[in-house]
Amino acid sequence: MALTVDIEKRFKGFTLWAAFEAGNETLALLGASGCGKSMTLRCIAGVEKPDRGRVVLDGETLFDAEKHINVSPQERRIGMMFQHYALFPQMTVLKNVLCGARRDMKGKAREDAALAMLEAFGILDLKDRLPAQLSGGQQQRVALARMMVGNPRILMLDEPFSALDSHLRFRMEQEVRGVIRRFGKTVLLVSHDRDEVYRMADKVALMNGGMIERIGAKEEVFSDPGTRTGCLLTGCKNVSAVRVIDESRVEALDWGITLNFPVKPGIDAVGVRMHNVLPGPGKNEIRCRVAEVIENPFSVTVMLRPVNAPEGKRAIGWEMEKPVWQSLAAEEITVHLPPESILQLKG
Amino acid sequence: MDLYPLWNSLRIAGISTVIIFFLGILAAYYIAKAPRLVKGVLDVVLTLPLVLPPTVVGFLLLRVLGPRRPVGAFFLEYFNVRLTMTWWSAIFATTVVIFPLMYRTCRGAFESFDESLAEAGKTLGLSNIYIFWRVRMPACRPGILAGTVLAFARALGEYGATSMIAGYTPGRTATISTTVYQLWRTNDDGLALRWVLVNIAISFAVLLAVNFMEKRRKRR
Repeated sequence: MALTVDIEKRFKGFTLWAAFEAGNETLALLGASGCGKSMTLRCIAGVEKPDRGRVVLDGETLFDAEKHINVSPQERRIGMMFQHYALFPQMTVLKNVLCGARRDMKGKAREDAALAMLEAFGILDLKDRLPAQLSGGQQQRVALARMMVGNPRILMLDEPFSALDSHLRFRMEQEVRGVIRRFGKTVLLVSHDRDEVYRMADKVALMNGGMIERIGAKEEVFSDPGTRTGCLLTGCKNVSAVRVIDESRVEALDWGITLNFPVKPGIDAVGVRMHNVLPGPGKNEIRCRVAEVIENPFSVTVMLRPVNAPEGKRAIGWEMEKPVWQSLAAEEITVHLPPESILQLKG
Repeated sequence: MDLYPLWNSLRIAGISTVIIFFLGILAAYYIAKAPRLVKGVLDVVLTLPLVLPPTVVGFLLLRVLGPRRPVGAFFLEYFNVRLTMTWWSAIFATTVVIFPLMYRTCRGAFESFDESLAEAGKTLGLSNIYIFWRVRMPACRPGILAGTVLAFARALGEYGATSMIAGYTPGRTATISTTVYQLWRTNDDGLALRWVLVNIAISFAVLLAVNFMEKRRKRR
């Protein structure tokens, strides 16, 4: 089972260029809104036609611009869950799920398949309701049941949890992870939430301005996002432009300090995750003044200004558990940035 | 009380409603999908009759359909048909006046349709015909019905353009609205009041129907 995508599509003033492969795994497209990640799914589903390129699923060409192949979305058998589920409002839950059932099944068998799917998602007792009479979580279960009953070849989930309240999100995430596990084939997930992506996916593709900037195992991508936007997408909030001094030293221009680490050629920025700032002396030791203390529900973010930095430089954020800050709190404090936790970035 | 004006008003409104039902849906469906510029221009042109005084519409219609005007003269010469001053002349007037009502409500219904429903249908393997009739139309139906009823009600009340193009001939071109005016003008207040009550009753029923449909749409 494998999906190969290599497409180009012009829209809304920029060009989407997406090329990737996915096997029996969950690949997440992580990007800010408007970066082209949903468009990528729509092109694979066939509801949008790319200008160039190919889409191949399990050896079957679904789209090939040069060979003028464009299999209709109806024949692609790709399960897609839309951001707001796109349940048919005039139809009951059962009718919605029946719409997804295989057309080669007849009457009773189709209805049985739909009912079994409703049962599997624990929504059998809702079968005669209209979508508007359901809660967000129930609507999502109907959308999942409708998608799964047709026995799709791959699954595509477009921002699956964005329409849910945060307390429901965690529960539905668990359910969807279960669906993905049992499905066992290719799953594409589109999201702008890095935590969700990390919990759900095996592989991550970072998208920016219509391009995939980096793709790989999620652990690799998160530990080395490669670009400035990739760094921000994976949740690193401390980013500074740098001037390379030599192969072991850079000047961090936004922070007004010098950092020591084995410098990769061609970098122009560095990132440090807020929880990777460590207290006390060590490599890249910095004496800082505490500019601001921000209390989060379960942690503290302390904004640090290096004491030797000139005026007008940016502060470095440092996040830790509340008790840790209680034991360290001071007006001036020494921290260090371990070289191995410095993210080296281009572009 | 001679009921001819009631019958005449109902058939004029009925026929013109059937005409704009199809014209309005077609125009709305295609203009909703048209490029921005075309849409802007057509929208203004097609909505104009809604804001123009009916007398202006009547004047323009006479300029085209009158017996000495191009279209009117053509029909008179080749088919020996006079386009004005017959009972059905009023249909020209009502059709032009109510078209924007139908067109605009339908366009609103089509534009507010959530395309992702149609796309979801496609990925589920539903045929395009099924999607059109079972997904798109049911979602737009309340809007289309409301537009139709509203247009019918407006056609029933048309006076200005109708009186100019069809005039008032008792038993031939008289409608409820022209009859009321004529009776009032000739000091027959009693009969005029009866016709007024008839008109109010019909309009009341029609608007009730619109509200009922609106409510059903919101409940869904």
